[in-house]
Parts: sequence; C-alpha cells; structure tokens
Amino acid sequence: MNIKQQFKEGLITQNPVTVQLLGMCSVLAITTSLFNGVGMGLSVLVILTLSNIFIAALRKIIPNKIRIACFIVVIATFVTVVDLFLKAYLKELSASLGVFIPLIVVNCIILGRAESFASKNSIAASAIDGIFQGLGYTIVLVIMCVVRELLGGGTFGGGLLGEGAKGITIFPAEFAVAGLNRPVGGFLTLACVIAAMQYFLNKPKKKTEKKEEVAQ
Amino acid sequence: MDWKNLLTIAMGAILINNFIFSQFLGICPFMGVSKSTDTASGMGLAVTFVMGLASAVCWPINHFILTSETLFPDGNNLAFMQTIVYILVIASLVQFIEMFLQKSMPSLYTALGVYLPLITTNCAVLGVVLQNTQNSYNFIESVAYGITGGLGFLLAIYLFAAVREKLEYSECPKAFEGFPIALVTAGLLALSFGGFSGLKLFG
Repeated sequence: MNIKQQFKEGLITQNPVTVQLLGMCSVLAITTSLFNGVGMGLSVLVILTLSNIFIAALRKIIPNKIRIACFIVVIATFVTVVDLFLKAYLKELSASLGVFIPLIVVNCIILGRAESFASKNSIAASAIDGIFQGLGYTIVLVIMCVVRELLGGGTFGGGLLGEGAKGITIFPAEFAVAGLNRPVGGFLTLACVIAAMQYFLNKPKKKTEKKEEVAQ
Repeated sequence: MDWKNLLTIAMGAILINNFIFSQFLGICPFMGVSKSTDTASGMGLAVTFVMGLASAVCWPINHFILTSETLFPDGNNLAFMQTIVYILVIASLVQFIEMFLQKSMPSLYTALGVYLPLITTNCAVLGVVLQNTQNSYNFIESVAYGITGGLGFLLAIYLFAAVREKLEYSECPKAFEGFPIALVTAGLLALSFGGFSGLKLFG
C-alpha cells in the first residue's frame, strides 16, 4: 500500500475535479460561500469514504453484471444518512445546499471511485483513497468559494466568520464583480482553476522536452 | 387544467431556470457529449424522454406509496426513502428503455449507443424528480416540468455543441486548451441565458 502516492494522486495528479473532470454540477452550483463549500466537501468526503469501505468489503459478493445498481444502492443509503444528519443538526447548511445533498447520489466522483478503485482494492486502501479523493474535491471547492466570494462580494468566510456569519468584509461590496456570484462566475472561475492546474502540471514536462531539444 | 400555470412551468424550465445554465444540473453529459451537434441532439432527446418518463413514474410512487395518507395515517411515512427509491426507479427505467429500444428500434439504439446507460447518472434526471417532490407539483405539472426541463437541456446542449464545433478551429492560450475554454464558452452562454432571469409571466 502506498499512502504517499495515493495522497499525491488524490490532491494533485488525479484530482477528481480538475484532472478527472468529475462532479462538475455541485462544484459549479454551491461554491458561493465558504460555508457551503466546506459543508459540501466534507459531506462528500464522508460519503465517499464510507461507500468505498462498504463496496470494498462487498466486492467479492457483488455479481459483476449488476454491480452498478448495487453501488448506487450503497451510495444512496449513505447519502440519505448524511442528508438526515444535516437536516437534524445543521439546518442552515441543509437549507442552503438544498437539492444538491440528495444529488450526491449521482455525483460521478463517488460512482467513479467505486468502479475504478474500491471494487478492485482492499478495504484499508479504499478507505484511504476515499479520504484523499474527498480532500482533493474539498480543496477545489474551497478555492472556488474563496475566489468567488472575495471577488464577487468582497467578503471572506461567508456563513462561518464575522458578524451574523456574513463573512469578514475585505473590501466594500460596491467594488465587487457581482457577476461572479451568478452562474457565469462559476463557469469562468472553474475554467481558470483548471487552466492553472494544466499549466502547472505541464510545466515540468515542458522543461524536460526543452532539455531534450537542446540536447538534440 | 390551468394552461397558464403549465406555460409558466414550461417557460421557467426552458429559459428562465434552464437546467444547465442556471441550476447546474447535468453538467457532466453537457460537457462530455457535446463535441458534435449530432450526438448532442441525440443525447438531448434521450434525456428529455427519460426525464418525462421518470417524472411520470415517480409521481404515483411518491404519492400513493411513500407519502400515502391511507397507508400511513399517523404521518410516519416513508418520505426519507425518496432518494433511494427515485434513483432505483431511474436506473431500472433506463435499463428497461435500453432493452426496449434494442428489440424494437435498433436504429435509434445504435445512434444513442453508450449515452443511454450514462443517463442514469445524469443529475438532471434525479434533480427534476426531486424538485417535483419539493415543489409539490401534481401529476400533470410534474410531467410537464420533466419534459420541458429536458427540452431546456436539449436547447442548451445543442447550442453549446454548435459553438464547440467552431472552437476546434480557433487558437487559444495553451493552458486553456480543451476543457477550460469549453467552460469559458459555457459561461458566456450562461451569461446570455441570464438575460431571461428578469422575464416574468402573468404577473
């Protein structure tokens, strides 16, 4: 088992959002305040880890032909558990995420990890994979939230910090780009995040290519 | 039936609250299957069909079984099972449609190909069913919302695919190549759809 490699894959080289391009819907829709982003990220992390553990444990029992249906039932069960938990203890989060909590069922990240990792690996490895992939997802959500909130409303940490949990004002709202809070801002911010990721991932490759060219 | 109400639902689902551009439901197939207008329109039609059918099937299940007042007179109903039941209904529905098309309409089946099973994990389908429940629509409203929501998806994915075909021939910064520039395109389309948000019908 290679924890270090799994850590690097989950957070950078195989990041579920910026490299595997999965689970776009929630990333675009709910990243308007830090509270939403952290809440959604942690919910997905918990569900992903639990469903990975469960599917890895059941991987020898589940028949190959109906495996997708079985995965979905396992995932839907955990999503319902988390949904009920949030409704009971974190009402505000549940209200502001709305339909996107039950929609974690069809979040491709979870089904994708179940299919490509948990159904082939041991329970411990799957659990660690779930945690790191979930962390990778959470980090992207947090980056998106911070950028959109700061440039779109001039605040930081909405829902978590500041007076009445409205966030700490960095600069007055009239200087902000209001469009970033709207759908278009989600698309543009994600585009920039992925572009930055591609730029940094390709940088070392380019250097070696250049060296090769010089050598030739 | 109140046609004004239905028209409001339809315009809302197609233009004002478009599933892709203002609700962010179904982004995965929207990004994945939009490289050419042919596959995009095939996918859009298939999604429309499944969304309409899923709305029609899930409404009676929710109304007569999960939240039925005759079965559960004390109010301890099975509403918490909604997510699980809905996703199972959608998965089996997609499987059933796949088998049906394979037997009776092989030409359409081959045209849709791999996209058909992918509809199961399309958040737009589960999203529309969940919203029907949340908004407590009646049967006709649910089906209308499902079908028009699907048509909105079709419109969005077709427009996007048409732009994306042209995008192949244009140059853009290296880091933005491929997926990011497609996202920027989608963002601009979302901006133009944002213009509908002020639209108000009857009122």
